[in-house]
Amino acid sequence: MLCWMRLHMKNFAKMSNRYMPHTDGDIRKMLDRIGVSSVDDLYGDVPAEVIFKEDYALPSAMSEIELRRYFEELGAKNQRLKVFAGGGVYDHYSPSVVPHLLSRSEFYTAYTPYQPEISQGTLQYIFEYQSMISELTGMESTNASMYDGATAAAETMFMMVASAKKKNRVLLSSTLSDNVKRVILTYAKFHEVDITEIPERDGVTDLSALKELLGGGDVAGVILPTPNKYGIIEDFTGVADEIHASKGYLAIYADPSALAVLRTPAEWGADIACGDGQTLGMPMHFGGPYLGFISCKSAMLRKMPGRVVGATKDASGKRCYVLTLQAREQHIRREKATSNICSNQSLMALYATIYLSLMGDNGLREVNALACDGAHYLCDKLVASGKFHLAFNKPFLKEFTLKTDIDVEALNKKLLKAGIMGPLNLGNGLVEFAVTEKRTKEDIDQLITLILEEA
Amino acid sequence: MKYYDKLIFELSRPGRKGYQLPENAYGTDALASLPESLMRSERPELPEVSELDVVRHYTNLSSKNFGVDTGFYPLGSCTMKYNPKINEEIAAMPEFTELHPLQDEASVQGALELYYNLQQALANIAGLAEFTLNPYAGAHGELTGLMVMRQYHKSRGDHKRTKVIVPDSAHGTNPASAMVAGLEVVEVKSKPNGSIDVEDLKPLLDDTVAGIMMTNPNTLGMFETEIVEIAKLVHNAGGLLYYDGANLNPMLGKVRPGDMGFDIMHINLHKTFSTPHGGGGPGSGPVGVAKHLIDLLPSPHVAKDENGRFYIEHNGENRLGSVSAFLGNFGVMMKAYAYILSLGKENIRNVGPMATLNANYIKESLKDDYLLPISGVCKHEFVFDGLKDKSTGVTTLNVAKRLLDYGFHAPTIYFPLLFHESMMIEPTETESLETLDEFIDVMHQVAKEARENPDMVKGAPHTTLISHPDETSAAKKPILSYKQMKQNA
Repeated sequence: MLCWMRLHMKNFAKMSNRYMPHTDGDIRKMLDRIGVSSVDDLYGDVPAEVIFKEDYALPSAMSEIELRRYFEELGAKNQRLKVFAGGGVYDHYSPSVVPHLLSRSEFYTAYTPYQPEISQGTLQYIFEYQSMISELTGMESTNASMYDGATAAAETMFMMVASAKKKNRVLLSSTLSDNVKRVILTYAKFHEVDITEIPERDGVTDLSALKELLGGGDVAGVILPTPNKYGIIEDFTGVADEIHASKGYLAIYADPSALAVLRTPAEWGADIACGDGQTLGMPMHFGGPYLGFISCKSAMLRKMPGRVVGATKDASGKRCYVLTLQAREQHIRREKATSNICSNQSLMALYATIYLSLMGDNGLREVNALACDGAHYLCDKLVASGKFHLAFNKPFLKEFTLKTDIDVEALNKKLLKAGIMGPLNLGNGLVEFAVTEKRTKEDIDQLITLILEEA
Repeated sequence: MKYYDKLIFELSRPGRKGYQLPENAYGTDALASLPESLMRSERPELPEVSELDVVRHYTNLSSKNFGVDTGFYPLGSCTMKYNPKINEEIAAMPEFTELHPLQDEASVQGALELYYNLQQALANIAGLAEFTLNPYAGAHGELTGLMVMRQYHKSRGDHKRTKVIVPDSAHGTNPASAMVAGLEVVEVKSKPNGSIDVEDLKPLLDDTVAGIMMTNPNTLGMFETEIVEIAKLVHNAGGLLYYDGANLNPMLGKVRPGDMGFDIMHINLHKTFSTPHGGGGPGSGPVGVAKHLIDLLPSPHVAKDENGRFYIEHNGENRLGSVSAFLGNFGVMMKAYAYILSLGKENIRNVGPMATLNANYIKESLKDDYLLPISGVCKHEFVFDGLKDKSTGVTTLNVAKRLLDYGFHAPTIYFPLLFHESMMIEPTETESLETLDEFIDVMHQVAKEARENPDMVKGAPHTTLISHPDETSAAKKPILSYKQMKQNA
């Protein structure tokens, strides 16, 4: 057998691998059926000059034991910290039920539910996910999820431009997170959408500047945040009416966890809500996977990108779920599609759904209350010390921005040594703290002690 | 097991709860002191259920699903290979899951090392110079790659290159991604054997062409044998070649896209590198580029300094911008890197050949009953144009649904669009000969049923939990939430 292998399969250094089951006999039998003499013959149509003959510059195959050791060693080079920063990602608690249920391989080893008869599990949880996000945003329709909040915001921009006939300008508040703005700007640059930033005043969107910008009559849509990049809950009273009067659309970029308590995008009169689902208990995981969500009013449904699941009945009258409104999507419409997205963050949508099922409205409210009380406790103590001042005297939930003269970089290095991720340094003496329900009062007291002894 | 048909909302009872949080130690109620006008007026209608309710509900839902772990999943173009379990455990290590993306670089050296090593490994596997791991999925990678293409021409002051050539057999995402990237799509025809018609391509290559998007093997599973000539033509015309990595699997161990002349490509980690599809995501779509395009890749990017320290690079003046809020789907990358290390440089050589062997074996075993429009050796997948015997009226859709009765996932159907009854089969390298033989037997059986009892096949599926969902009325009057369902009841 070995001799045969040498003859026919020169390139096969090691034929045994736990992920590839064929024995030499299997291969022989299959080659015979195909009518070729070697596996190499299956590549006989490939020009010899492009065949890769060198060794890959990769390590040798690892057993599970070696693999575990390797990742443990890598993991030891990371520090797990008590996180007191946000910036769009928050250290919320994930109930242990969630990862357990996500590890059902019927969920995670499935693909897109193209065959509804054997995908009702996926289709139903997406339907539940859509229902729950719609409850949080107050909107009528939610899609099956997008990659992340930033790309959801970029797609929201396209949605507004596509809906507002012959208008190509979108306004972004300066108070939208920078990493969300960056992605919108990239998408806009290549798609040739004009982006104008609405200036901020005293930590919030300058609404009189917005009004002036709307006066040009060329604005397709406006994206405003809640809470904003400083943690402030902005007041958008009257804004939607002004935007609608100028025949534009309003989108609100929102933290879905906070929407359990905050005035919803729908209540502000928005046409679209978007944001990142990370706050729904998802592990921070060094930046992903999370999910992006888009919810909208029914009138905009057919301009919404991405997959959508709808309820229907089968031939025997049983309630069931299917992918619907696919005529908007790339596999049907190709270059005329509303978006090129061809997937969703399905398993993360399941994450959010299970999280929200466990927490319910009361749990989410408690999460917000604990975070809000913790954040205000920390804020009050730091301000009382005299070393910090409120950067803006505005309402906030779990994240807030202070002004200080102390050396933030030095402070954060010191906090890191104590196993703490300190505030984000926004520059110009502005620092931003975040508190979640995972931080105890003792954690906060320790942080305060460390900060004040520094100052 | 009895049929389970509840929505989580229908299990809800006021006052029931599935969580427990610590007591509030602050003795305050900061929420109550926030201005009333900024707070929501009506509570969201979320379920109120116990922990066990939630566990049973979603366990029951999982049993209504079919995954790779359930059975054979020959879904063409999707590379539904086995998802190794060790990778799931590794990705769930708290030393990684508990990292905030904005942590001090000194405190995430292990994560950055992994990220950097994966960038390097993919570059070596692809025969390209550098990778970005930012994109979240294949289509997102395509978009990012096309942005690189445009950025390249712009950076050279070449503003008239606004067209991208896409074969008529391409994945639907190709033209859609081009549209989002602001490029105009020009279609190039396929020859009867499915390959790009070089003579049809030549006149399209003028100075308005930014580049061409191809996948090789193409969506029919056939290797584009004239690729070297095509690359030369496109480059001579000043364009770039984009490789759609959806079909990379058969090339592993055999051919590197960079060596074929491609300048830009994306890789679907959830296809070629075994990370689970998760019911539709999260995936990961890293983008690789040749040397002259490195500076254009999006930020953030991970680099290594002369002291062996890893750091995150943000803006470079040429970089195209950002396509992700942070570094991308890091959890997915961990699984892909664990897979690469498990295979090692030795076994990665066998992935493409074994996937190709499996596909050819099925093709040759079934071409007596199913119409093979293009003969010859295929790569990882191939396309039948439905049953050979068209007299029975049994369609590709009918065959696909009948397969469900036999416990197999259906192939990709009605794609590519070149044939009326396309049925695209991709077995992957992880399936055993016994599984392939079972599938072949069932496919023959279905062909026999089509001859003997066509109406039965047309009525399939017969054994699934639901059958023939009414998709027309679902689209006509969309019910997208529980609330809308109640309003319609």
